Amino acid sequence: MGFSESKGAGGITLVEVDGQLIIGNRQELKDLVQAALERGERRLLIDFSKTGYIDSSGLGALVSISKRIREAGGELRLSGLNEDLRSLFELTKLDTLFAINETPEQALASF
Amino acid sequence: MTSPLRFCVRRSSALERGATTLVTLRLPSDVGCIEEAVELVTRHCLAGQHATETIRFRLRVVLSEAISNAIIRGNAEDHTKWVDVRVELVPEVIRVYVTDEGPGFDPAAIPEPISPEQLDEARGRGLYLIRKLVDAVHFNEQGNSICMTLRRS
Repeated sequence: MGFSESKGAGGITLVEVDGQLIIGNRQELKDLVQAALERGERRLLIDFSKTGYIDSSGLGALVSISKRIREAGGELRLSGLNEDLRSLFELTKLDTLFAINETPEQALASF
Repeated sequence: MTSPLRFCVRRSSALERGATTLVTLRLPSDVGCIEEAVELVTRHCLAGQHATETIRFRLRVVLSEAISNAIIRGNAEDHTKWVDVRVELVPEVIRVYVTDEGPGFDPAAIPEPISPEQLDEARGRGLYLIRKLVDAVHFNEQGNSICMTLRRS
């Protein structure tokens, strides 16, 4: 359970969410992205291939993260959402707010 | 460490409102307890039952959102206040009640989070998700208790 950060192709920051993104750990993800922005990173991919659940607080954290990256002139993409998680994005219309790819490889190639 | 959750399962043919199983849980107003509470209630509600993955996912989401709302909005994370979860398993439906000790709220006053002006807001999606994922939602008059009904099929 947790977040792991690495460098993908082209210097893109890849954050993998292992387990859940919920009210109990959303701040950790926000802090991690903030630190990346302060280091000058501007292209970020958050991958959910190993994520079982995102609650509404987690969705809200992603909205905040998206705003911060946009304001910094950066780009955020999401990938690896399973069918259930995808349905949460669709129900809340957040699929219209985020750039979403099926796989991290596709996302990395789309920056 | 002892869990602060107070959990009870009753299986009987003589429960209220046609329920065959009653699951109750009392938890403190601590967001750190939500995950354990949701896991415990979901597991016991669906144990030995025919339940699709869709029902399992929906039950988990709505429990999590309702408990989260009760702790944060209802009880304002006051650790001296409790949240009560009561699940009635009826042959056709699952009825979930989540009650807090707060003053209550007017659910009609909550804006739709999918409107263009709300979409960029970080908060306010919990109740909307609940309404979308269950078959019926009711509140008590005070507005501090939600009843969510899911059809099993």
